[in-house]
Amino acid sequence: MTSYAFFGALEQGFAYGLMVIGVYLTFRVLDFPDLTVDGSLPLGAAVSAVAVTSGYSPLLAILMAAGAGFLAGMVTGILNTKFKILHLLASILTMIALYSINLRIMGRPNIALLGQETVVDWFMKLTGLSPSYSNPLLFLCICLVIVFILIWFLHTEQGLAFLATGNNMQMITSQGVNTDTVIIFGVGLSNALVATSGALVAQNQGAADVNMGVGTIIAGLASVILGETIFGDKTIGRALIAALLGSALYRIAIGLALGLKLGSFSITPSDLNLITALIVVVALVSPRIKRTFLARRAA
Amino acid sequence: MKKILLSLLAVLLCATTVLAGKSYTISVTQIVEHPSLDAMRKGVADRLEEKGIDATFNVHIAQGNAATNVQIISQIIGEQPDLVLAIATTGAQAAAQKIHDRPIVFTGVTDPVTAGLVKDLQNSNATNVTGMSDFSPMDKHVALIQEIVPSTQAIGVIYNAGEPNSVASVGALRENAAKAGLTVEEATIANSSGVYQAAQSLIGRCDVIYIPTDNTAISALESAIKVCTQNQLPLIVADVDSVARGALAAVAVDYYKMGLQTGDMVARILVDGADPSKMPVEFLNDLNLHVNTTAAASMGVTIPDTVLSRASKIIE
Repeated sequence: MTSYAFFGALEQGFAYGLMVIGVYLTFRVLDFPDLTVDGSLPLGAAVSAVAVTSGYSPLLAILMAAGAGFLAGMVTGILNTKFKILHLLASILTMIALYSINLRIMGRPNIALLGQETVVDWFMKLTGLSPSYSNPLLFLCICLVIVFILIWFLHTEQGLAFLATGNNMQMITSQGVNTDTVIIFGVGLSNALVATSGALVAQNQGAADVNMGVGTIIAGLASVILGETIFGDKTIGRALIAALLGSALYRIAIGLALGLKLGSFSITPSDLNLITALIVVVALVSPRIKRTFLARRAA
Repeated sequence: MKKILLSLLAVLLCATTVLAGKSYTISVTQIVEHPSLDAMRKGVADRLEEKGIDATFNVHIAQGNAATNVQIISQIIGEQPDLVLAIATTGAQAAAQKIHDRPIVFTGVTDPVTAGLVKDLQNSNATNVTGMSDFSPMDKHVALIQEIVPSTQAIGVIYNAGEPNSVASVGALRENAAKAGLTVEEATIANSSGVYQAAQSLIGRCDVIYIPTDNTAISALESAIKVCTQNQLPLIVADVDSVARGALAAVAVDYYKMGLQTGDMVARILVDGADPSKMPVEFLNDLNLHVNTTAAASMGVTIPDTVLSRASKIIE
């Protein structure tokens, strides 16, 4: 793996970092498997691309994307809590609806941002670094700022109610908290993060594409699990950072798979998904094997 | 004097070894594996080989994943290739966004201007990007439809509104059909399982069904063929591979030939030192006409001799 490939993996990992944190909030904190993300990631990209090409500031475009993502998540939350539709199904419904909505927003399946000024360019000029270093640094900074805001929020009274909702809904209801509101807000918040990530990704890759959300949830879940297996989740702050680092690790794994060459005959580019899956499985299983091994030695 | 002679000799030696043993590295980014896209890649490699150019290809395929598609660009920057070959729109966009210090040649991009790859088809803006468009000359498709089914009033079209290439094609179809005095009935699909229903929804609304180079529709082509055979509705497509699978006819870009022509562009840049910023976007004018007489019979159509005599391939 060359240093370009390594920093490229970090860049992708942190660009998708907010998406992974969003997935962590629904999947682990709210105990709500949310497939909306496959639609809200391109939603964020679409809103941001349309805003930038219509002359809005790229920063404002990202905030608009976050707002759109929040609304999309709220729809899933409302379908689930108010209309009693199973969470998985509610999120699938929003996701497929978003496909058409994204096409409506963009007016066509792909909007190019090549040559447009983006936050990525701003930061590069500001730091004077080459894109290889400036891009991952920018995305890391954005992720860290959001993580610290989230840590602060999750220690407020509302935040604690939010954390408790996924753990023990009955207990939290008896405390007089309306769990429906918490779920609607939580899924909204999660998708606001995912859409922000989509906006960053679009500004980074030079285009928003209606199909760019495919596989988002898989990448998100793999990153969350990878992060918590390797970095632990003892406190909420640690868990959020672990999710962020998990995202970077996941992309490094893909980077390794992309660069893997064991003779032209044995491995071809078509094996990429399989190799990636294997690398992630190894990462997931190895801590467990190590624990069993250590336990046996102790005994 | 001796020194000068020696250094001259050294320079000469260096120059000859460079000329004789010059080998090039080409990094390829391709969004998915797909027969047409693979054929283009093979075409480029074959043309370079024909010309005796020693080129090593580093092939990267994103398996349809947008994140991997971008990550591949970092891999390519690390490989320090002499040239980047970008196959299909999304790969080319990511490459053009990130790589500015070496030539990028795209191929198989239907609308490179809307995709933001070049400012205009003459490539008059100074960038490191040039390449080939696979835009189907839609007037020829409409003319073929009229020639095979002269009674046509309305053309039914099945496509995925999420595919940039298809949206561009259907826009051109509408324009050219209007010029020929025909109407277009659209049936859009979101995934390949919708093709059967989309084809059924067109029955009675059109005289012929046309499928553009739409990955989603073509992957479930058999459903459309089935509906067309049952309802005696001719099915004309935009790619020749679908004719072998049972569509009636197509006049189309041959992706392998397109790869060969792209290979010429690559050779001009690598060997002749051509400047990509001064090379206009190229098109393939040499089109193939394939017809399937068995499919025609089962769809209740007799293909006129004028078409048969022009066909480069007749499947019976």
